[in-house]
Amino acid sequence: MGYLIDDSRPIFMQIAERIEDDVIEGRLQEESQVPSKIQIAAFYQINPATAAKGVALLVDEGVLYKKRGIGIFVATGARALLMEKRREQFYEQYVVAMIQEAEKLGITAEHLTEMIKRGAKRVE
Amino acid sequence: MLSKIIEVNQLTKTYGGVHAVDHVSFTIEEDKIYGLLGRNGAGKTTIMHMLTAQLFPTSGELNVFGGNPYENESILRQICFIKESQKYPDIFSVHDVLEVAAASFPNWDREYAHDLVGDFRLPLKRMVKKLSRGMTSAVGIVIGLASRAPLTIFDEPYLGLDAVSRSLFYDRLIEDYSEHPRTIILSTHLIDEVSQLLEHVLVIDEGRLIMNEDADDLRGRAFTAVGASTKVEAFIAGKEVINRTPFGGMTSATVIGSLLSDDKKQAEAQGIEVTPVSLQQLIVHLTKSGSDRKGVKA
Repeated sequence: MGYLIDDSRPIFMQIAERIEDDVIEGRLQEESQVPSKIQIAAFYQINPATAAKGVALLVDEGVLYKKRGIGIFVATGARALLMEKRREQFYEQYVVAMIQEAEKLGITAEHLTEMIKRGAKRVE
Repeated sequence: MLSKIIEVNQLTKTYGGVHAVDHVSFTIEEDKIYGLLGRNGAGKTTIMHMLTAQLFPTSGELNVFGGNPYENESILRQICFIKESQKYPDIFSVHDVLEVAAASFPNWDREYAHDLVGDFRLPLKRMVKKLSRGMTSAVGIVIGLASRAPLTIFDEPYLGLDAVSRSLFYDRLIEDYSEHPRTIILSTHLIDEVSQLLEHVLVIDEGRLIMNEDADDLRGRAFTAVGASTKVEAFIAGKEVINRTPFGGMTSATVIGSLLSDDKKQAEAQGIEVTPVSLQQLIVHLTKSGSDRKGVKA
């Protein structure tokens, strides 16, 4: 069970990250309703209290907000907020890790830059 | 603050001088899903038998729904305990067993029980003694869910169940718990299967309670460092080590600590590979015989 969930990290954080991804990639539009804790719990086969905690984290950060008696919605400006947050993490998470692996393999900074340029062309 | 429905204080059960349960204290709050985890023979079943008044404690205090459960019908009717090897009378069919359950539990939902029987493909007319191990387990699951008892205890509920049926059990449990919140205790040694359903974890080892924490707080509580022995030994010096396995010139050590701290950067800078430890692995390390360390402090 639970191939979607990693048991070595707090699940509420993973739920918050999934919702963040949905907002960043446009699957959840601003001012649209977020799935309920019961729907999230059923989908991931997790405890509903854990699902609620993940949602609460994003409410605290201002990414989501509560409409009393209706549900939880994506805040206006949430996408920009999350993009900014993820950009800050990008350097630590990807760039530093990449340079460490490159050093291990004896790839020079020059060669690495070359590879990034080549990769960028592909994406275009 | 949720109200406490079970309070256990210094609970002890001794058999011929051996402590099967050794001064265990904990509380269970209303409407949460608990995991009572530990190896076979750790004392889980003995604790459940005392909670449900099927065994007398040797010493200690026990309070369930505000009283002593022993011969207390008003308390016992609120508890549904599905035992690991539940025996039903030989002359009973599946239908008979469900009828008895319907009469025993005030919140029994007949329609829901019927749906579950269909989901698990249970043959209503078959005698229970003719059921396979897995089907007998499924009968227990149907009773445990349809009883909607304020306290439902499942002891190793899925013995003999195939992967499809186990997944079905988890789905139904989450759905029904969401709609009808109640306190559920899942006792099992198959930790990885259920860990993500649990809100709180109690780990029993050799009769003692060695862990009593929110499940999510334990994820990422420990990490494993793998690398050249000399480097790993230097890195883990002064840290709480819960497992250490050397192989060749390498060492794999599991230590208490967070990868969010500077530990990760420090380790990686020294060529040590670090990976977070799952809840399951953490409990395995802590309950392994010869483990010099018991319990995890916050």
